[in-house]
Amino acid sequence: MRRLLQALCLGGSALIVANIAQAADIKVTIGYLRLQEPPRAVLSNLDPIPASRGIDGAALAIADNRTTGSFMGHAYVLDVVSVAPGGDVVAAARAMLSAHELVVLDMPAEAVLQVADLPEAQRALLLNAATQDTALRAGACRANLLHTVPERGMEADALMQVLLAKRWTRLALIEGPSNEDAALAEAYRQAARKFGLKIVAEKRWSFDTDLRRAASNEVPLFTQGFKDHDAVLVADAHDDFARYIEHNTWQPRPVVGATGLVAQAWAPVVEQWGAAQLQSRFQASAGRQMTPRDYAAWAAVRVIGEAVTRTGAATAVDLRAYILSEAFELAAFQGRPLSFRGWNGQMRQPIPVVNARAQVASAPLEGFEHARNPLDSLGTDQAESACTAFGDAE
Amino acid sequence: MKPFIAFVASLSLALPATAAEIWISNEKDNTLSVIDIDTLQVVRTIPTGERPRGITFNSDYSRLFICASDSDAVQVMDPVTGEILHDLPSGEDPEQFVLHPDDRHLWIANEDDAVTTVVDVQTRRVVAQINVGIEPEGMAVSPDGKTVITTSETTNMAHWIDTETHAIYANTLVDARPRHAEFVKDGTELWVSSEIGGTISIFAASDQREIGKIGFEISGVHPDLIQPVGFKLTPDQKTAFVALGPANHVAVVNTETLAVEAYILVGRRVWHMAFSPDHSQLFTTNGVSGDVTVIDVASRKAIKSIKVGRFPWGAAMRP
Repeated sequence: MRRLLQALCLGGSALIVANIAQAADIKVTIGYLRLQEPPRAVLSNLDPIPASRGIDGAALAIADNRTTGSFMGHAYVLDVVSVAPGGDVVAAARAMLSAHELVVLDMPAEAVLQVADLPEAQRALLLNAATQDTALRAGACRANLLHTVPERGMEADALMQVLLAKRWTRLALIEGPSNEDAALAEAYRQAARKFGLKIVAEKRWSFDTDLRRAASNEVPLFTQGFKDHDAVLVADAHDDFARYIEHNTWQPRPVVGATGLVAQAWAPVVEQWGAAQLQSRFQASAGRQMTPRDYAAWAAVRVIGEAVTRTGAATAVDLRAYILSEAFELAAFQGRPLSFRGWNGQMRQPIPVVNARAQVASAPLEGFEHARNPLDSLGTDQAESACTAFGDAE
Repeated sequence: MKPFIAFVASLSLALPATAAEIWISNEKDNTLSVIDIDTLQVVRTIPTGERPRGITFNSDYSRLFICASDSDAVQVMDPVTGEILHDLPSGEDPEQFVLHPDDRHLWIANEDDAVTTVVDVQTRRVVAQINVGIEPEGMAVSPDGKTVITTSETTNMAHWIDTETHAIYANTLVDARPRHAEFVKDGTELWVSSEIGGTISIFAASDQREIGKIGFEISGVHPDLIQPVGFKLTPDQKTAFVALGPANHVAVVNTETLAVEAYILVGRRVWHMAFSPDHSQLFTTNGVSGDVTVIDVASRKAIKSIKVGRFPWGAAMRP
């Protein structure tokens, strides 16, 4: 309507030409199944998690797909089901899979596996847009499960590439108390080994005081004993305490990992490669900034749209084969085409390394070469992959 | 015949002594840089609206049209004085446009709005808006004026629009993220570059059939980083120069065999280009390095770089 009004105001006798939509030859329904996470207490209330995180990304991608589809006779529908914390996500998955076979999953790793192993899911194509769990790309991989969200190791590798390029190779690691913090710390250790950086000191975070008042007293003492280091690396998976470390360390050192210099699949400061357009379209449709979860959900729905556009097919089997083939590529505002790893179903993608105000780098950095594709310098490579479910590809 | 007479008249009246110029839009400086072809120096820097990208002259070079993307306007400039005469209604976020051979209708890609806007530059009114794919950018018009092309970056299509009815009569898929389109070889072929796909697709204009595709390969540069954007053909249509974005090279393509005959190293993130009036020199905008590379067309060598503003984007020649 805005456009219509504008044209009429500007043009007086302006004529609006709409495309007469062709009758839809193909109708593609994409399910979006979310298990809501229970609210988690974090120290700061500054960055609440948007209630529609992920879903807004999928909705924007459906709109993108529909525009393309309007020229091809392809119709797209998004069917969102959100299960309350602790709800029966398996039952919801059964119901959804009985209706359609293309489903984006927004849930923790255990739930992903339960859904992927359902008899109803065996002919489906599932796209994980939420969990970065390493096992799902390794021994616990599933042939019917692709991942548009990067595994933890991809982000850890991206960060280490940047640190190595800056010669900040001696790291002091602070690990949070949760299981996810431990998994993240392990990913950092592995990535440091992979690129030859040294973790010279490690300490576990155990404070339960209100750091909003005490950080300037506590954090200098906490970091005082670290051996000589170039940067403080913080493993804080839930964005709990990291923000209070920066500018409070004993020695003046950059803080990286969960705050300061951060490697993540998407960030509001990503603006190159036409990303500003995606950011502004997302802001206009969702009324907020695009999070990494939104980007992964957007990518999942766009991956399906791209495959439908190129093949004219709409079945999970046909789309999966095309998505995993060398012909598949998705333009996704990161300066390189995105594709999928044939050995574990992980989407190859550059990883932005950012601070709060600007993008610092896009990994893989120049100089980190790879026999196949520099993007495979991030995360689990084929040779080290423990995934065997993808025997049919590559 | 009329445009030709007008052209001659304006040459004698308005431009008696000036040398030919290359006009460059600087996306992140809100300026134009004007390069004198004889001295290869910037002789004028002219302020514009916000985020100038596409620029084009009318047929007698008496007016310059500027896509001032963030001002949501197409600005009309008197190139002699550098004065903005007025804005045209352009729809939101105009990025690139093409002036119809009738010299009267500007066809504008509205990047943020998935629309192509047709503006009458005389009445300054919007004549039509046509829904196209997401992030329209590349614009081309056939020499006979009957077809206008809009390419859409995220929909990955060339939309073929009938200029009489303003209706899309064909949509052709191209590789990922199309950026630039031009009719070549007397309008018999449409070429579309795809930045992420790394190709130029060639279509027969008569039936929109894909008849060829150009690929690129530079040793030491990963294929993902070879991203064709702007291109220009020599007047004999035998040779194409293709800007390859972050590969920092311009490819020289034989348009008969579609083979790449040379790669010319230029500035960083090479984008669009313009020929000198005698086509002996080619000027490329290099977005990241903020300069313009001058290529000697005969020897296929870069002979000079000229510092301009931040993020040079469009290029247009003024004789």
